[in-house]
Amino acid sequence: MTLCFIVVLIMPLVAVAGALLIRSPRFAEYLNLIVSIVVFLAAAPLPFMAHAPVYFWHQYLFIDALGGWVALCTSVVYLLASIYAVGYMRLLAKTKHLPGFYALFAGFAWTMLLAAFVNNAGVFWIAIELTTLVSTFLVGFERAAESMEAAWKYIIVVSAGITLALLGTVLLYWGGSLVLGPSYDMTWQVLQDVAQHMNPMVLKLGFLLVLVGYGTKVGLAPMHTWLPDAHSEGPAPVSAMLSGALLNTAMLGIVRFLAVIDAAGIGWLPHTALVVLGIFSVFVGTLFIVRQEGVKRLMAYSSVEHMGILALGFGFGGVLGIAGALYHMLNHSLNKSLMFFGAGNVMRRYGSKEMPAIRRVLHEFPVSGLLWLAGAVAITGAPPFGLFLSEFSILRAGFSGPNLWAAVVMLVLLIIIFIGFLSHFGAMYFGRQPEVAPKGPVISSWCVLPMWLALIPLLVMGLWWAHGLMQVFTGIAYELIGGTL
Amino acid sequence: MLVAPLDPLAASIFSLITIASMLLSFVMLGSRWLKDYMYAFGIQSWLIALLSALVGYYGHYPELYLIAVLTVLFRGLLLPYLVLRILRRLHVGRELHLVLQPSTSLIVGAICVIFSLVLAFRISTAIGYPEKIVVLALTVMFTMKLVGFLILSIRHEAVSHILGLMLLENGIFLGSQILIPGMPMLIELVVLFDLLVAVACFGVLVRYLLARVGSTSSLELNRLIG
Repeated sequence: MTLCFIVVLIMPLVAVAGALLIRSPRFAEYLNLIVSIVVFLAAAPLPFMAHAPVYFWHQYLFIDALGGWVALCTSVVYLLASIYAVGYMRLLAKTKHLPGFYALFAGFAWTMLLAAFVNNAGVFWIAIELTTLVSTFLVGFERAAESMEAAWKYIIVVSAGITLALLGTVLLYWGGSLVLGPSYDMTWQVLQDVAQHMNPMVLKLGFLLVLVGYGTKVGLAPMHTWLPDAHSEGPAPVSAMLSGALLNTAMLGIVRFLAVIDAAGIGWLPHTALVVLGIFSVFVGTLFIVRQEGVKRLMAYSSVEHMGILALGFGFGGVLGIAGALYHMLNHSLNKSLMFFGAGNVMRRYGSKEMPAIRRVLHEFPVSGLLWLAGAVAITGAPPFGLFLSEFSILRAGFSGPNLWAAVVMLVLLIIIFIGFLSHFGAMYFGRQPEVAPKGPVISSWCVLPMWLALIPLLVMGLWWAHGLMQVFTGIAYELIGGTL
Repeated sequence: MLVAPLDPLAASIFSLITIASMLLSFVMLGSRWLKDYMYAFGIQSWLIALLSALVGYYGHYPELYLIAVLTVLFRGLLLPYLVLRILRRLHVGRELHLVLQPSTSLIVGAICVIFSLVLAFRISTAIGYPEKIVVLALTVMFTMKLVGFLILSIRHEAVSHILGLMLLENGIFLGSQILIPGMPMLIELVVLFDLLVAVACFGVLVRYLLARVGSTSSLELNRLIG
């Protein structure tokens, strides 16, 4: 396991160094691809092997099942996006900047993988801040005025939001220092142990600040304002990484702090706060999905919605809610990557981001068009795909918990999203012929392969919730709730 | 939390420094000249460095001396230098479009202070540490946070946004020196370094903004909506 861990954390840095030292676009893209495959192979077994946390480097880093699971989701998206990037980035005619792009891309993956393994609330904050700094340049990579605007909004809104998380972390450290003395290591475990002795007021204030801070990065409404811009203006592989991997990583912070405050047992406030933010995110997502024109913005608001669902899952809590939310993480990572890849292909071919310009997709993309359509059905939570199962168990957790109203509202909103999302796709697939025939470049099979690789597991996971996975999820859930198996 | 009751002299010096830093954030709030923001921020950083050194001296945390030196270097010298360089390139002297007049924003700022004071007072009573210095540190920490957000929301120039963000972090830094001087040094070091990287990023972005959007005012950032 140590070997896997070291490989996961070293290989992306190798890709960064390689891309920067040998400034050859071809070399950089293949190196990044190979690294992403290796990282995926090394990260895949981590959540299943980490029965008990294993610590590294003075306890600053560790592997536990939860961190391993988030790292697995990240590495899946990194792999898919790296395959896709080979085909997609060649279309952008920015060959000169490609080594820089891949260096940033691998660096971005590295910061997210690092954040998943950090065992210290302070260092976690730094890791999350690093993800922002690196990904800003990926969002602004195309250098158009819109991309710069999106990058600027991204860094300002997210950095401002995340300072709230720092304030919350400082307050929690202070609360702990009143019990433990002025100097101690702020690991998750220590926080969890000290939480019940902490002053509840400091604890609650700290948690709410952290929730809003990392919630900004997760894209929970009403702090989501950067998300649609950043997701729609970056190149498609970057959008997939932002949506499929980064949001999960930030959510990890909220979940870890939620476990801390749960250990203190101070009642309903933390979970209700999470549920309210979650419902509001799904609501905002619904509003903007129904009346959306931009194809990538549609996907971005769908991310807001799904992050809301994740928040609801963790907010409802219980083994069912947590397991559903964890399953939802991977399902959403796969599915949203698929959706952004399809959107990227379509955008290139039709030369527009606006959905009214995109018509008769199947005519242009007989095969990958079908994959994209299947992905659209999946992302609305329809069976037989993985998201159906995970959303269903989150709903079940909601119906059996104290926040019944939220589950009912969520169900209604999901139905509206289903109708709204698929009506956009209906128009894009079966609408009137476009007046001008699309004359964008031919999309290479590099851009179609990852769509297959995303859809097949999604289908399998919808039909079969593997027993091994469920075991991992129950383990994590009991660890978070603080009980035993 | 500082162990042992503080030397009264130390307590009054700490209070003086915290209050002076808070007043400097009001200088940033009340002025419309970008250079004033920068100078106020620079002086504030020097004060915070002084505070770290004093806390290190009185509380026997020798590593805080290092933090103080680095704070002076990074926040007191390098950051203002970088921001000044950006300013010189931009040829923007002051905020052109004000959402709130400086006088109004000062009043809003004063309301923020009162709110922070009430909050800080309640927290410190709840934990049973109603010492003045704790209340003061919490108040200033929350105030600088709120004023920073106020600056972010009522100013339009990119440089004001950067400095607003820095003010947010300065507040946390100031508060944490008094409340948790024993926080592991690694974290403080990396936070300092992180800030430097952040400003470098901002510098690059500002240049691109100017090149692509043609202005560094956020009023021009209106293409992406809905």
